[in-house]
Amino acid sequence: MAQSSQATGGLESIPALLQRNATLYANKDAYREKEFGIWQRWTWADTEKEIEALALGLINLGVSEGDFVAIIGRNRPYFYWSMVAIQSVGAVPVPVYQDSAAEEMEYILSHCGAQYAIVEDQEQVDKVIDIQEHLHQFKHMIYIDQRGLRKYDHHALHRFVDIQEQGRAAYYEWIDDLKARREKLNYDSTCVMLYTSGTTGKPKGVVLSNRNVIESAKNSSDFDNLNAGDEILAYLPMAWVGDFIFSVGQAYWTGFCVNCPESADTMMTDLREIGPTYYFAPPRVFETQLTSVMIRMEDAGKFKRKMFHHYMAHAKKVGGDILDGKPVGFMDRLKYKIGDFLVYGPLKDTLGFGRVRVGYTAGEAIGPEIFEFYRSLGINLKQLYGQTEATVFITVQPDGEVRADTVGVPAPDVEIKIADNGEIFYRSPGVFVEYYNNPESTASTKDAEGWVATGDAGFFEEKSGHLRIIDRAKDVGKMADGSMFAPKYVENKLKFYPDILEAVLFGNGKDRCVAFINIDLSAVGNWAERNNIAYASYQELAGHPKVLESIQEHVEAVNKSVAEDPMLAGCQIHRFLVLHKELDADDGEMTRTRKVRRVIVAEKFKDLIDALYDGSTTISTTTEVTYEDGRKGSISATLELRDAKVVPVASKVAAE
Amino acid sequence: MNAQAESYVTDDGRTIGPTVMEMKNITLRFGGVKAITDISFDIREGEIRAIIGPNGAGKSSMLNVISGFYVPQEGEVWYKGKKRPPMKPYQVAQQGIARTFQNIALFEGMTVLDNVMTGRIRQMQSGLFSQALWKGKAEKEEVANREQVEKIIDFLEIQHIRKTPVGRLPYGLKKRVELARALAAEPSILLLDEPMAGMNVEEKEDMSRFILDVNDEFGTTIALIEHDMGVVMDLSDRVVVMDYGKKIGDGTPDEVRNNQDVIDAYLGVAHD
Repeated sequence: MAQSSQATGGLESIPALLQRNATLYANKDAYREKEFGIWQRWTWADTEKEIEALALGLINLGVSEGDFVAIIGRNRPYFYWSMVAIQSVGAVPVPVYQDSAAEEMEYILSHCGAQYAIVEDQEQVDKVIDIQEHLHQFKHMIYIDQRGLRKYDHHALHRFVDIQEQGRAAYYEWIDDLKARREKLNYDSTCVMLYTSGTTGKPKGVVLSNRNVIESAKNSSDFDNLNAGDEILAYLPMAWVGDFIFSVGQAYWTGFCVNCPESADTMMTDLREIGPTYYFAPPRVFETQLTSVMIRMEDAGKFKRKMFHHYMAHAKKVGGDILDGKPVGFMDRLKYKIGDFLVYGPLKDTLGFGRVRVGYTAGEAIGPEIFEFYRSLGINLKQLYGQTEATVFITVQPDGEVRADTVGVPAPDVEIKIADNGEIFYRSPGVFVEYYNNPESTASTKDAEGWVATGDAGFFEEKSGHLRIIDRAKDVGKMADGSMFAPKYVENKLKFYPDILEAVLFGNGKDRCVAFINIDLSAVGNWAERNNIAYASYQELAGHPKVLESIQEHVEAVNKSVAEDPMLAGCQIHRFLVLHKELDADDGEMTRTRKVRRVIVAEKFKDLIDALYDGSTTISTTTEVTYEDGRKGSISATLELRDAKVVPVASKVAAE
Repeated sequence: MNAQAESYVTDDGRTIGPTVMEMKNITLRFGGVKAITDISFDIREGEIRAIIGPNGAGKSSMLNVISGFYVPQEGEVWYKGKKRPPMKPYQVAQQGIARTFQNIALFEGMTVLDNVMTGRIRQMQSGLFSQALWKGKAEKEEVANREQVEKIIDFLEIQHIRKTPVGRLPYGLKKRVELARALAAEPSILLLDEPMAGMNVEEKEDMSRFILDVNDEFGTTIALIEHDMGVVMDLSDRVVVMDYGKKIGDGTPDEVRNNQDVIDAYLGVAHD
């Protein structure tokens, strides 16, 4: 590959960037975390000292070059320091989803042969202790929060601050080693290993080099003019590639400040207090926020509600155009300004988006209405398409060319080609090194020339040159009559309704499609409250005839819209049911990033699918559920199966 | 019964100190009704001591005697080696005894933070005038107290409701806020009146963990009343069992579990 370290000024590793930032931005905040009700802060100079102490402590503990060190916890400065300290000593950080069940964690720790782990608290310590007997190589664990851990056996268990203290005490013993190890790092050394959540099969360890991370961070920062003055809120899982690129890659490249929330539950308040300038969230977060805004507006006074709806209608008309810099009449601009003063500004501020310069959403398709809502407020929300294997960026939407139904143009330095079956391939400096210990998968994903298969099917729009994604390539199937079956396309249309949380479409190889639906408890629950409908549980609400009726309306509306596309008209939903439980990652029905595992759902609820096809109107079923602590239970229910109206398919009509 | 002086270490590594409070032959009457009849037991430093019994056994009355709300007609309460004269509840609080209530007694219209801050009242020395002007001592005191309160908020994981009025919180969280307020007083003995009443399994587990952590982290002596036998047996070091105002058992959870009187009282002859 042509990239040389010259482009990055000889800065070939994250620890090297840290050294630069500690001089260049010495007194600028690098990290903030809300703790004890106050935003605690660390400048880049402080950060460098903290990381050095930890790195020395790790050498002192016996961490060698090439070792794998697991990181298990929520976004906290300590874990970001750990990442860089681990890199500094030549070892490889492996962040793990902190809500993984014990067996998932066991798989990852034994697959990479981690000898050390840095974890958050008692919960994680207990989890690792539970699986430790299966991990023969495992040596030491370091924890941050000592509550409840005082009485544990501390032979192989250490406090984070103690390791740092030991590092400081052993400064003269190890500092030369540390410097030597740090200087050995270059563009080809491993920066991080991230396990992909895997909608199918076991997770795979994606090895990313410093080249991957720094080049991607550099290109994307240039693309959006990110600079040291930016602020982000780090709240997405640390084991996810996006967080690594934003909170480590881009943060170290540009020197911007990473803010960590007080706890997962205070995210919204913290967001508002920080007011990030650069923000990333999966569509789900935007959806939830919009739902809560709408619910709260319903509860607001009549005057406020009227004003809100009046100005939102105006924003819908011209807001997007103003943001895109398109010509808009003077009166409309004036009215938008007034609206901004009365409604949009305060609303953005409440949502914590008052200062957002660039916002991204990715991971799933976002509902056009949701997308437009935020853009019309003047928030520069854009979409990108990416993968762990690409170090995130494949395509991005440039400013002024933003649409809900495409994912943009190829990111800088990314080449894209589309295979005959529609599958998207890409090649870029961000392309991953390999799947750890899995040459077969590496070979089947990445060819000799460096092209990587995304597994997604899509096409370039001729007019705009933007990429459109249809579905997972392997999920796109054929119906019995040979027409195209693209479940995601239909599911997304359903999910755009606020009261539908999740939908799963079946019909590959069959003559017609059927669907499972999960209602959104907060939206439907609010509706129930408003209409004096009492309910005790998700299950009860999901079975309520009025709920079923409104879901049926949505399904039929979706059928109408699906029928408009002749290619996909066969995917209309003939029958559906509302599931008696929410699909859940703890039950294996979803990945940790909340993508439905189609095959597992199909196997688990086979009786329900059969019933949908055999025409029965009710079915009793029992389902095993797993609680958060790993215990199992079961719920049983009698479900109502409903027929939905479908629009006759045009081609068939013509043939008759 | 003599006060025990020697300390010992439990299986899970906690140090249980000498007797800190002792009830000697307590009898409490309301008119002709005897709520408590001749009960004696002790509470040792650092332990979790449970008082259990069926409905109407006199558990809450017992707790009210400890907290100074009721003054028993007969018997003596010894605290830290001294006989305690009849006292007003606030005087008892000043001695370092804090409590929570069975049916939550928080200020519903105030935020969680303000409610917990009220627990610090004992630590506030500045006068009315200084507080009203918000100058000098009052301001410094508030900052120091707020720091302490924030530690407790962090400890009990209620950061997300810091600014929420208590009235809007669900029951389980209110219970936790009440515990926070009691802890804010930095008590040497914490009295919990049915801390798990009306909770679902998950909330009970959370509360149990908090009780154990409080005892572990701060070394607080805890006396609690509880209905749920399972919880009590898992949590406590020693258990007093009451029935119809009398003590029918006293000892470790295992000893109590195998005590025939206790089994009779709980499984009963009259009940199913």
